[in-house]
Amino acid sequence: MSILNRRDAVARLLKGRKEALVVTGLGAPSYDVMAAGDHDSNFYLWGAMGGAAMVGLGLALSQPGRTVLVLTGDGEQLMGMGGFATIGVAKPDNLVLIVLNNEHFGETGMQPSHTGQGVDLVAVAKACGFTSSERILDETGIEKLCASMHLRDGPIYAEMVIGTDEPERVLPPRDGVFIKNRFRKSLGLASI
Amino acid sequence: MTMPNKSPPADCGWQHQILSTLKRSGVEIIAYVPDAAHSVAIREANEDPDTTAVSCTTEEEGIAICAGAHLGGKRAAMLMQSSGVGNCINMLSLISMCRFPLLVLVTMRGEWAEFNPWQSPMGQVTEQSLGLMGVRCFRAEQANEVLTQLEGASDSAFNGDQACALILGQRLIGRKAWVK
Repeated sequence: MSILNRRDAVARLLKGRKEALVVTGLGAPSYDVMAAGDHDSNFYLWGAMGGAAMVGLGLALSQPGRTVLVLTGDGEQLMGMGGFATIGVAKPDNLVLIVLNNEHFGETGMQPSHTGQGVDLVAVAKACGFTSSERILDETGIEKLCASMHLRDGPIYAEMVIGTDEPERVLPPRDGVFIKNRFRKSLGLASI
Repeated sequence: MTMPNKSPPADCGWQHQILSTLKRSGVEIIAYVPDAAHSVAIREANEDPDTTAVSCTTEEEGIAICAGAHLGGKRAAMLMQSSGVGNCINMLSLISMCRFPLLVLVTMRGEWAEFNPWQSPMGQVTEQSLGLMGVRCFRAEQANEVLTQLEGASDSAFNGDQACALILGQRLIGRKAWVK
C-alpha cells in the first residue's frame, strides 16, 4: 500500500478548500493544517478528544451552504466511534470527515492504534450510511476528493493513509476564545 | 421484593412547553440522547420542520454539536438524562476553553423515589459534576416552574454567554412504572 506524506497531502487538499470551513482534531492533524497556512475559518481543537467530527456536524447543520471539512487522526476518531452513526443518521450533505490514518497514537508515543490491527473505519463509515467512503492512497485520490468535497452530496468519509513520520510541529493558536471569535467573525458573526 | 408506592400521576403538561420555549429562545437545533421524560420534546423536535433534531449515540457528542452550531451562528440545545452527564465531563472542557454558550436540559434519575439503584451514583452527583466543569445549574421541581426556569437558563446561556443546565427534578417527572 502506498503511503502519503501527511504534510503534502493536507496542503494539497487545503489548496482546494475554496470557501470550506475547517475543523481539526487535536494533535498532529492540527499541526498539519496549521503548517498548510493559518486561516480565519479554521477551528483547531487542542483537547476534547473524540469531538472533532461532532463539532463539524454542528457546524455543518448551522452552515448548510458551506462545505465543512473535519481533519482528524485515527486515534481521535476512534474515541468518537459513535459519531459515525450520528452523522450517518443526520446526513449533512456538506460534511466531509477526513481521517489521517497512521495507525498509531502519535501524540502519546506512537503506540499502535486499532486501525492497524484490523479495525476498518472506511467500512464503518459505509455501514453507518455515509454516501461515500474511500481510502486515499495517492495524489490522484486527493485530486478526486478536492472535486467531490464541494458537491454537497455527503456525508463523505475519506481516509488518507499516511506514514508514522513526525514532521516538525507547527503550533496553531491555542486560545480557544480567540479561535472561536476569529472563526465566527469570518462568517460575519459577532463574538456573542 | 416490595413494589414502589403508588402516587397520583405527575402533571406532564410541562413537557409540551419545552420545545416551544426553546424555539422562542431561538433554538433551531436539538441534540439528544433519549429519556422518557424528554420524549414529548424529542417527538415534537423531530416533527417540527423548523427544528433540526440530532439523535446522538452518547451525550458528549451533543456537547460538541452545540459548540459547532454556535461556531456557525445557530443556537442549539442538548437533552439528556442525569446518567449522561457523566459521559460529558471531558467534552465540557471544549465549552469552558472556548467560552461557548451551552444549554443542556437534564432529566433526573436516582434522586427521588428511584426504583433502580444503579441510577443513584450518577444521579446524586449530577449537579456537582456539572458545577465542577463550570456549568451553572437551574432547577425545576414543580410543573409551574419549568417555563420560567427554562427561560432563565436559556437567556443566561445565549445572552449571558454562559454554560447552563436546567435540571428537571425526578419529583417533577414522577414515578416510573416498573411493572406494567
